[in-house]
Amino acid sequence: MEKELNYIDLVEQPISMHPKKFALWLFMVTVVMVFAGLTSAYIVRQAEGNWLEYDLPTIFYITSGIVVLSSVFLHYAYYSAQKDNIAGVRIGMSLAVLLGIAFLVGQWYSWVAMVDREVFFVGNPSGSFLYVFTGLHAVHLISGVIFLIIVLISSFRYEVHSKSMIAMEMATTYWHFLAGLWLYLFMFLLLNH
Amino acid sequence: MASATVANHDTTAHDHHDHEHHDNFVTKYIFTQDHKMIGKQFLVTGIFWAVIGGFLSVLFRLQLGFPDMSLEFLRPLLGGWIDETGKLDPTFYLALVTMHGTIMVFFVLTAGLSGTFSNFLIPLQIGARDMASGFMNMLSYWFFFLSGVIMFISLFIKTGPAGGGWVVYPPLSALEQAIPGSGLGMTLWLVAMTFFIVSSLLGGINYITTIINLRTKGMSFSRLPLTIWAFFLTAVIGLLSFPVLFAAALLLVFDRSFGTSFYLADIYIGGEALPNTGGSPVLFQHLFWFLGHPEVYIVLLPALGITSEIIATNSRKPIFGYKAMIVSMLGITILSFIVWAHHMFVSGMNPFLGSIFMFLTLIIAVPSAVKVFNYLTTLWRGNLIFTPGMLFSIGLVSFFISGGLTGIFLGNSAIDIQLHDTYFVVAHFHLVMGSASFFGMVAGIYHWFPKMFGRMMDVRLGYIHFWLTFTGVYLVFFPMHYIGIAGFPRRYYSWTNFEFANMYTDLNMFVSVAAIITFAAQFIFMFNFFYSMFRGRKATLNPWRSNTLEWTTPLHPGHGNWPGEIPAVYRWPYDYSKPGAAEDFIPQTVPLSATPESNLPHEQELVKLEMEIMKDESEVLVANESKH
Repeated sequence: MEKELNYIDLVEQPISMHPKKFALWLFMVTVVMVFAGLTSAYIVRQAEGNWLEYDLPTIFYITSGIVVLSSVFLHYAYYSAQKDNIAGVRIGMSLAVLLGIAFLVGQWYSWVAMVDREVFFVGNPSGSFLYVFTGLHAVHLISGVIFLIIVLISSFRYEVHSKSMIAMEMATTYWHFLAGLWLYLFMFLLLNH
Repeated sequence: MASATVANHDTTAHDHHDHEHHDNFVTKYIFTQDHKMIGKQFLVTGIFWAVIGGFLSVLFRLQLGFPDMSLEFLRPLLGGWIDETGKLDPTFYLALVTMHGTIMVFFVLTAGLSGTFSNFLIPLQIGARDMASGFMNMLSYWFFFLSGVIMFISLFIKTGPAGGGWVVYPPLSALEQAIPGSGLGMTLWLVAMTFFIVSSLLGGINYITTIINLRTKGMSFSRLPLTIWAFFLTAVIGLLSFPVLFAAALLLVFDRSFGTSFYLADIYIGGEALPNTGGSPVLFQHLFWFLGHPEVYIVLLPALGITSEIIATNSRKPIFGYKAMIVSMLGITILSFIVWAHHMFVSGMNPFLGSIFMFLTLIIAVPSAVKVFNYLTTLWRGNLIFTPGMLFSIGLVSFFISGGLTGIFLGNSAIDIQLHDTYFVVAHFHLVMGSASFFGMVAGIYHWFPKMFGRMMDVRLGYIHFWLTFTGVYLVFFPMHYIGIAGFPRRYYSWTNFEFANMYTDLNMFVSVAAIITFAAQFIFMFNFFYSMFRGRKATLNPWRSNTLEWTTPLHPGHGNWPGEIPAVYRWPYDYSKPGAAEDFIPQTVPLSATPESNLPHEQELVKLEMEIMKDESEVLVANESKH
């Protein structure tokens, strides 16, 4: 009975998108909801008063630049993969990974700057929120770096090229998303301060 | 497009290969990636938790109904939670209420209901080999299992399980010194819920992806059974609301373990101020209810979907208002996200804001009423067949009406001042959410049991189970309305301390007896379930003469569901008693061109189009077969 399952039916299906890519988009929706929840909590809490004012670490401008640059390099890698320029893929992705790590280091120094201002994780929620935003974003970014490294390794095995783009597309989407998420958080902090 | 097909091909082909050659006990029953087995795993685990959750409620009902009774006979089980005088420990009472709520809402009616039927039915009813990702699906179950293990352990620790209510409001839940349950019990609660959220999200992502991407040919959204619509919208709600619960829990963890003050401010314990400053407990309520209210619909919508299917099948009539049903479910989905603050009318929220939320809340009555109307009109003058599944579905409609009506009272911010946190609320949500969803779940089990296990459940035991449960539920929850209107608050250990509550002692005794009988009746169901699994009458392929795709599979579908080609779909799933047709049902797989005698004028026009498509298809088929 099972032997006859020769998948004659798999020719055409009403598929609009690769299921895994679609699932990634849904995952990003959940991440959006986590941060939407947290930033809404920030606004609600801020409206209640008793809110500690402090200056945002200036290093955020630098890390924002880094994360944008990293996205640009990754997109270069993505285009290279489409054109089967394997060297371009490797260079672009390596730079993106390095800049991603540089971003994480920069975010760490933002915490150092916060501690220098004597705004600690424990204390008025206004400071605690900043640690939670940056920390939770960093956790997601680490997952993104791991994802990029996995795709980078497969590019060294010649598994990323114009005929096999799914992993590359997913990594690029996720990485751009994380960069955009950081820019949103930064803007949010700038505007609601 | 091409890549997608290839990938899909790969996974299914691989699975079949796997299962033919080394299908051992572990890969078949434990770490399985077959959606049907995962659905059954969710079901059995859900039943396990339902027994525990129900048993806990019997324990606290004993305390409420018979406050002077000696519970010495429970000492072998509860040990130190029974004090020297043979009474239940008050803090353990709080833990019982908390765990009853948590278990029932999350483990039984979310995982047990959605997990079971979304997994089992989605691929079968849309015509797919399996879920989009069988591996993620397996992970979803095992995260749920892990979450359950942790919650189960928390029942047995020395300080007792979490005791701050299933809503875990801080500061009660945030300060370890608040009550014994706020210590390790609360920590385990949070860990368990984190895993539960992961499990729900993995499941939900899979359900949505599968429904959107893996429908068989011809299965357009306007031909989906209403069950699938309901599961789809449930998954969407879960996907949007569970992350917010995660955010709330994360901040609570920081408050508990790291000393931050998101939710804590100016608290004195034993005359000494805590260092926390600047937090807001109402913030937690906002975040929690942003999940908490949609959760109500996560629990209810699958039950409503299951009911639509069962009522249409057993009324031998098309569902009344198919599109209206979809639109009202969509409406409920959207509205569910903008009514959360009606749980917080008395939390010190701005009264003007309260009026807005009151208005939005009352609008939910509209889609709910549309659904009720459609159920009743589907039943109206149908050739009703009272299978146990049908009875439980009608029971759901009954609870949805009687429990929904009290929602109109509770949604009013002014009346809520009197009714808030009283037994009126308990009665309301146990009818409209608890019992209605539970009945949907049981109806689904009776209806799809033949597909799950290839055997029938015993009908007579089903009838006994239904009537005992149906009357039992009303006997338990109807009197609670009176107690609630009198103003008695929920979660209180004892009734006898207040003069005004004394007159309700006998009513409470009555409720407790009814609750114990209703709980006992569930063992009839459990016997029926497990006995029929092995010894039940062998089922026929389509015992309910139903239209949907799952009944076109073999009696024991293998991993991959259909041997050979997946059937294509040519019509909606509700062609029951169509005038002119030979039988009173026409399965979705029957082309319009095969039924000229019953086609409506506009369908007759579609026949030509259909013929062309079928011609193309047969060419593709031939091409494929020559390839293999």
